Amino acid sequence: MMSTASHVISRVSYGVILAVLLAIAAGSVFPILHILAVSLSDKAAASAGKIFLLPVDMNFAAYSIVFDDRQFFQSFAVSVERVLLGGWVNFAITLLMAYPLSREKEAFSARNVYMWFIIFTMLFSGGLIPWYMAIKQFGMINSIWALVLPTAVPVFNVILLMNFFRNLPKELDDAASIDGAGPWYSLMKLYIPLSLPAIATVTLFSIVSHWNAFFDGLILINVPHKQPLQTYLNQIVVQMNVNRSQMTEEDVKRLALLSDKTVNSAKIFIALFPIAALYPFLQRYFIHGITLGSVKE
Amino acid sequence: MKPGFHYHLMLIPGIILLLMFSVYPMFGIVMAFQDYNPTKGFSGSPWVGWENFTYMFELPDSYLIFKNTVYLAVSKIMANLLLSLIFALLLNEIKHKLLKRSIQTVVYFPHFVSWVLFGGIIAQIFSLDGVVNVILQMLGQQPIQFMASNYWFPALLVGSDVWKEFGFSTIIFLAALTGINPALYEAAGIDGANRLRMMWHVTLPGIRTTVILIAVLSLQNVMNAGFEQILNLYNPLVYHSSDIIDTYVYRIGLLQSQYELGTAVGLLKSVVSILLIVISYKMAVKFANYRIF
Repeated sequence: MMSTASHVISRVSYGVILAVLLAIAAGSVFPILHILAVSLSDKAAASAGKIFLLPVDMNFAAYSIVFDDRQFFQSFAVSVERVLLGGWVNFAITLLMAYPLSREKEAFSARNVYMWFIIFTMLFSGGLIPWYMAIKQFGMINSIWALVLPTAVPVFNVILLMNFFRNLPKELDDAASIDGAGPWYSLMKLYIPLSLPAIATVTLFSIVSHWNAFFDGLILINVPHKQPLQTYLNQIVVQMNVNRSQMTEEDVKRLALLSDKTVNSAKIFIALFPIAALYPFLQRYFIHGITLGSVKE
Repeated sequence: MKPGFHYHLMLIPGIILLLMFSVYPMFGIVMAFQDYNPTKGFSGSPWVGWENFTYMFELPDSYLIFKNTVYLAVSKIMANLLLSLIFALLLNEIKHKLLKRSIQTVVYFPHFVSWVLFGGIIAQIFSLDGVVNVILQMLGQQPIQFMASNYWFPALLVGSDVWKEFGFSTIIFLAALTGINPALYEAAGIDGANRLRMMWHVTLPGIRTTVILIAVLSLQNVMNAGFEQILNLYNPLVYHSSDIIDTYVYRIGLLQSQYELGTAVGLLKSVVSILLIVISYKMAVKFANYRIF
């Protein structure tokens, strides 16, 4: 008797737990599905706030407007350029720094000096204004390099990969030295091939952060057609919503007639799409990163 | 050639970039002690000692932005920690592997969406003609100006931050949960413990170190209340409740070109942050035997 009752209770509690988890998971995807639904809906329905998860009077009008928007695609191209350029630079710098820093002190006596220097740069910063003025002094304002070089050293990724290298078997170095392999050969032919998942993870991290960055574009690039997509969207979509929030109800109703809520939603969705499309295939690399650094002996 | 030479060679590009973009700007801190004039530069501008700092402390805004920063940051840290811990404990009860994995994958995703996009969506959902207000009106309630109310806006900031980040914060707890020895559960089961007692006597002690570690490391972010999020969501009507140190430095220092003041406020933030980092790291080593390298 007792055991059946407790069995029922445990079945019920399992059901409740599952329901709560599924509701929370649904909440996590709701914003994305909602914005997709709005972007595919009729303008009037969108302005009236009638859309929840499914498009109302579905059409592609908003997308055809976005596809005619020259500035949107210029910004999109800038973002692609910075991701390719910045991703490569981050990738090369991360490997080139992580490998020597992963050496033992006996093999590379200056290792700790470099390490302390890097920790110093992590700990201390001049702050926003001096950083901005330095980049201005270097003459990088309005150049794509302003979006690539200041973040060229992903210190966090360097430390992640360094820790990963350090956990590889020590016999690797013995074998390499018996074969007479130099540091470049060891890095290219031994360490990189053995660390592909970790390298994929840190590279993915820098690609995502390049795609998502907007603030550097906002302050370092003053020419609209050279600004990356997220900066463009910050100015077009977000500022508009912010203005909307300060309006009276009448203002909102009046504006609703001219609303480009659907167009803005389409822009947000297109900007979101590359990450959403990659995510399901690469999610184990996305998630790998956070546990990568914590593996230690 | 000795290998050491090649190691130096590999490090040179990165070190030069750090010197240019991290170390060199540090010299700009002198501005905080000058009456800075852009045409004269650092060498030509007159020194004013601590004047910028005394001026800063006389501004009524200073206390407000400091209070907002700490209040928002601590609220976000606590809400995220608590909710991601609860979520991880619930998810740990799911034994069906594929289902568990699918839920995890879905809740991690918002972390990888930028604040420009997530903020844009949040602003739309919570605007006067957004879906939340439409639902409120259907329920016979008055619409709420979430984005323009100093009462609601901080809650919206904390709520949307948790919405976006709680999933990602669970990763580390789930990793700790899988590390608990299954034999402990078996032993508890033989002793007649039910699920709840197992959670109390086995699960929670098993992840205690991780929870302490995360809490202690969170201390480092007490000065970071979420610059990108707030910059994408706030407006002058809610400055009173949501203007933080970073947004203030950006507006005063860059938009209004009060370089010295912006630098001074930024410097003060850096100094406090370093203290917090050192304290939190020392505590992490002591309580959780944690080391970054």
